[in-house]
Amino acid sequence: MATLSLKDVRKTYGKTDVIHGVSIDIADGEFVVIVGPSGCGKSTLLRMVAGLEEITSGTIEIGGRVVNTLEPRARDIAMVFQNYALYPHMSVFDNMAYGLRIAGVRGDDLKARVAKAAEMLDLSTLLDRKPRQLSGGQRQRVAMGRALVRDPAAFLFDEPLSNLDAKLRVSMRLQIKDLQRRVATTSLYVTHDQVEAMTLADRLIVMNKGVAEQIATPMEIYDAPANMFVAGFIGSPAMNFLPATVTGSDLLISDGSRMPRPAGLQDGGVILGVRPEHLTRSRSAGPGTLTVRVLAVETLGADAFVHARLGESGSEDIVFRVPGHDRPAEGTVVSLAVDQDKVHIFDAATQRRISGM
Amino acid sequence: MNRSTFPHRLLPWLLIAPQLAISLVFFYWPAVQALWQSMLREDPFGLKSRFVGLQNFQKVLAEPAYINSIQVTAVFSILTAFFSMAIALLLAVQAEKIVRGRGFYRTLMIWPYAVAPAIAGMLWLFMFNPSFGTLAAIPRALGIHWDPLLNGTQAMGLVVAAASWKQISYNFLFFVAGLQAIPKSLLEASAIDGAGPVRRFWTIVFPLLAPTSFFLLVVNTVYALFDTFGIIHAVTSGGPGKSTETLVYKVYNDGFVNLLIGSSAAQSVILMVIVIALTAFQFRYVERKVHYG
Ligand SMILES: Nc1ncnc2c1ncn2[C@@H]1O[C@H](COP(=O)(O)OP(=O)(O)O)[C@@H](O)[C@H]1O
Ligand SMILES: [Mg+2]
Repeated sequence: MATLSLKDVRKTYGKTDVIHGVSIDIADGEFVVIVGPSGCGKSTLLRMVAGLEEITSGTIEIGGRVVNTLEPRARDIAMVFQNYALYPHMSVFDNMAYGLRIAGVRGDDLKARVAKAAEMLDLSTLLDRKPRQLSGGQRQRVAMGRALVRDPAAFLFDEPLSNLDAKLRVSMRLQIKDLQRRVATTSLYVTHDQVEAMTLADRLIVMNKGVAEQIATPMEIYDAPANMFVAGFIGSPAMNFLPATVTGSDLLISDGSRMPRPAGLQDGGVILGVRPEHLTRSRSAGPGTLTVRVLAVETLGADAFVHARLGESGSEDIVFRVPGHDRPAEGTVVSLAVDQDKVHIFDAATQRRISGM
Repeated sequence: MNRSTFPHRLLPWLLIAPQLAISLVFFYWPAVQALWQSMLREDPFGLKSRFVGLQNFQKVLAEPAYINSIQVTAVFSILTAFFSMAIALLLAVQAEKIVRGRGFYRTLMIWPYAVAPAIAGMLWLFMFNPSFGTLAAIPRALGIHWDPLLNGTQAMGLVVAAASWKQISYNFLFFVAGLQAIPKSLLEASAIDGAGPVRRFWTIVFPLLAPTSFFLLVVNTVYALFDTFGIIHAVTSGGPGKSTETLVYKVYNDGFVNLLIGSSAAQSVILMVIVIALTAFQFRYVERKVHYG
């Protein structure tokens, strides 16, 4: 168990900058999730912590000890890989015992520790099997067990659930969270799935193109995304963005509808951000509402997401949420009330969030 | 299985006829000849022969020179297979570490395979010729009295070296392919689990290369047993004494030099049985037994 600290960590391949300086202090036992689109550098960052990639500059500390130049084996970490990386020629027991044996654990002690980890992951009856005789979910648990059994200073996860089917992913997600709570080991977890990120994380690092766009708790990020990238990436379906102009006492949307002017803004162009769940159907049109034409309805059961186009001429697409039993028909025109307390205003040029909530 | 059907009874036979003809003329006919001759005994002048049943086999198997040849073959094959595979594996592992010029290096490694066995034998003979061989200086510098033309052990060393050298390329290619098939994440997982490079090799890489190694072991054994005639002929001609006379070389020696046709044919038949056994073994086990899914 240990703290984990990154200070201005950078990575360059040849002339390409892949990680542009990431800093974070992770508390002992904290679960931090790195989330971002594919190719943004999540794995690279994680692998630098693991010691599988060299650090171009910056400092990585594990338990207060600078590990920049240490071999992976000297860092006291365990990692769960996307493809699980189980040793195919070894039984489940031997897979889990591999690291312990290297560490010099033998005999009854070894057996007891493997048995305990196997117990926690419900693997006790599978210890004699080879990885190829296991299902995807079981392999995933063995990979977890191999990490768990060594009781390392930190767990590193690189998209450990992305090879599982949707249902298994949800149950494994809960299991990982529960396990991490019980052993209270500092964890760094990479995923491209924002739902996974939100549900697992104590704190999130939202990454984009090698930059940590925002580091905060899931709810902080949901309530106050630092910029349009974060706002669009976290939340499903994504936040709606509407070009608007601050003028007089109004916020003028591109289709001509008007919202009250938010406080503390200068005149000029901005981007209005509204989440689908903060738009509700209203009987009357008028100030503070938007008029849209329904294009398509995605019914999920309890909820439905309505895809619509803003205004008569129609250039902006908008998504809003309605109860599953109260869906507008396709092609109809509806009015939407905008929850004024929940809107976000972004600077049109810098894309930074400048006001809201 | 999808079975194709031919409209005509004759057509399939016509289609395989050329292959069948070649097999019959060049493989089965000589094989039957050998089998037949192995049961005949010729008089010393080669004028007439008579049927003797299995006597040739009894004589061959009782002959001390034949037992010696079996031992020579065993030593030669084991050493050749071991060194050609071990060196190839070492080179393949090192080649994996090269970042720049890997392709160039690999191409160079393949060249020895293109050298004909007899030429390879001559090369090694010249290089290690006691009087003018460039590399003969090395054993001499080590204080060894180097003369493979008189010393049987040294002669064996030389043919093993030449035979291994020629086979390294082939093994190298397979080991490179085998190494590339090992997922990198396994080695990373093992590194994180605490294994250093040596332990990683022995606990992960080496076991995962088992299918490749097993396949190569069979191939190299067959090679050492049957494909090294040219090398032995060029380097030692089975000598000095009979210290490098392998089974195949003895077939040639007895049949074409000493003109003991019956004995030579009997030895050929024994070799045939060995080849068939090895091939059956390979077919049975290489594909199925040793691999991890
Ligand atoms: N060995 C490498 N050489 C050059 N570029 C690389 C290398 N490895 C990764 N990259 C680049 O770094 C970026 C981040 O990769 P990665 O960390 O794997 O992304 P993620 O895990 O977020 O999908 C990608 O654009 C990728 O092309
Ligand atoms: Mg990745």
